[in-house]
Parts: sequence; C-alpha cells; structure tokens
Amino acid sequence: MSATDKALSEWPLWEIFVRSKQGLEHKHCGSLHASDAQHALQMARDVYTRRQEGVSIWVLPSAAITASEPNDKSEFFEPSSDKIYRHPTFYVIPDEVGHM
Amino acid sequence: MSAAYLLHLADNALILGQRNAEWCGHGPVLEEDIALANNSLDLIGQARLLYQRAAELLGDGATEDALAYFRDVPDFLNYTLLELPHTSALLPTAASDRDFATTLVRNFFYSAFMVLLWDRLQNSNDSQLAAIAAKSLKETRYHLRHARDWLVRMGDGSAESHQRAQNALDHLWPYTQEFWTTSPHEQGAMQTGLGTDVMALQADWNAIVDAALSEATLQRPAQGGFVPTGKQGVHSEHLGFVLAEMQSLARAHPNASW
Repeated sequence: MSATDKALSEWPLWEIFVRSKQGLEHKHCGSLHASDAQHALQMARDVYTRRQEGVSIWVLPSAAITASEPNDKSEFFEPSSDKIYRHPTFYVIPDEVGHM
Repeated sequence: MSAAYLLHLADNALILGQRNAEWCGHGPVLEEDIALANNSLDLIGQARLLYQRAAELLGDGATEDALAYFRDVPDFLNYTLLELPHTSALLPTAASDRDFATTLVRNFFYSAFMVLLWDRLQNSNDSQLAAIAAKSLKETRYHLRHARDWLVRMGDGSAESHQRAQNALDHLWPYTQEFWTTSPHEQGAMQTGLGTDVMALQADWNAIVDAALSEATLQRPAQGGFVPTGKQGVHSEHLGFVLAEMQSLARAHPNASW
C-alpha cells in the first residue's frame, strides 16, 4: 500500500463549500480527504480557492450527510412530475407589482 | 550595496521556490502537492518583484531573467539552508530522496523568520521594497501557518512521524544560525534604511519556534556547530545542482521567450 493509499484510507472525506462573494451563499464545490476539520480547511484553501474563487470556506464531514437513495427515486421525486399546479404560474400578476 | 541586499532577498525566495517546486507531481497526497506548488509560486512571484527592483538599481541592461538565470553559484546570496536537498542526514534509508518532514521543517524555519523580516521591511525607505514586503507578508503568514501545522501534526503524530520531524529538526537547526549573522550587504542596507537589523528579530523567532516545538512535543536542538555563509556567496555543494537544473533551459536558448 503506498503512502497515498494509506492516507486516503485513514483520512476521512470532507465536503467543501465555498462562498464566492459576500452576500452569496456557500456552494458545494468538491470533496477531499484530510485528517481533521482544520486540516481540511487548509487543504481546501489550496485546492479550491487558489484562483480567487472564494472569500469563505465551510468544510463538513461527508459522513454527516444523510442522502436520499437512488432507489427511492420513484416514490420521492416522480409523484411531483404531474403536479404542474404547484408552480405559481397560473396567477395573473397585477401590473403595479412590477417585476417579480 | 542596495542591489546586493535585494538580490539576497530575491535569491532566498527563488531558491526555496525552486526546491519546493521539486515536489510538484510527487506530493504525498494531491492536496499537499498543490499546496507546495502554491507556496513555490508565491516565492517565485516574490523573487520576480525583487529581481525587477534590483535590476532597476543595477541599471546597465540588467533584467530579472538575467539575474535569475545567468549568475553563478558565488553570485547567489541566499541562505545555505534554502538550497539543501529534501533529505535529512539522519534518515534511515538513503533511498528516501524527498523527505516531507525536511521540506516542512525548512519552510517553517524560513517562514517564521520571514514573517518578522517582511513585517519590518514594510518600513523600508525604498517604497518599492516596502510594497513588496506588504504583499509578501500575507503570503508568508500562510506559509508559516501551513508549515507549523504540519510540524505539530508530525511531532505530535505517530512514532515514525515524530522521529522524522525530530531528525529533520536536528539536521537543519545549525543552518538557521546563518539568520543571526550580519553580512556586509545587510549591514549596509540597515545603515541606509533600506533594510533592518536582523539581530533584533531573534527573540521573536525563538518565541515562534519554541511555542511550535512545545506543541509538537519536539526537542529544540542544542545551539552550535557549523555556521553557514551562503548569503555571502560561499555555498554548499548543493546549490550548483539546483542552478544547473533551473538555469539550463534559459542558457540553452538565450533570449528565448515563451
């Protein structure tokens, strides 16, 4: 096992979120292996913000994310596909409201 | 005299930048590979600004490229510490030609020194050097944070990482003594207000180093041994190899542009 493989197997995975500008939200931009949160933050700085991509970084352990299962797709997401009335597109917006 | 002081600062940045770049494509993990390449590019950027300023002062057709690529070993005024290979003299295997601990301990020693020096040089009476110092200080603060963080992780890590960090520390420690000697060009720069008194930085440097070593559970090596003289142009056998690799392309194709 190479040193790299060893590091990857021993270091947990972290999800990286970068805010590109003040006022915008943090966006998920990738993931990396690191030994702890501070280490992940430093590595994220070097990997994801070296081209001026960000003003703030969040890291969180990938293991802390609970994700929906691909197998649940039919019951989770498909029932909404024929409910177009849930989009608020059937209202006439009065002129005085202006741009929405 | 002023140009020699700028060359000393520029050569430090260029030679350590070249050394750190040797990790490019060989880092222990991808993220560290990128981190060391970033560090290297910061240093080479600092070197460029300093060579440009030195070239202005030298006049007579001097250029940043000529200063970097067409000077020889005795013309370089960098600290000997910065030209050493990435191997600890006490490493158990001679095959380990890149020892991460050696690289990081060296970066720690140098960046701890440079955060103090750049901070003082912001008050240089040369407004260009003061501006370069202000820009470089921000970069160097991150280099120090990166190297210190690894020093603590290695020292306070596994038995092997602790031993490697201690070996690197013991090997490189005597070379830091060169920080605390004064060369004629530093003396001159101090007197004209271009530079500063390096001896005044020693107490603060010791405090940074001691705090990190204690957090890392590493032993501060005893003072003493050979005091190197790289900043006066008298180097170890290693600088010639660094220059041979770094300068060969520019010398094979003089005046090439890309």
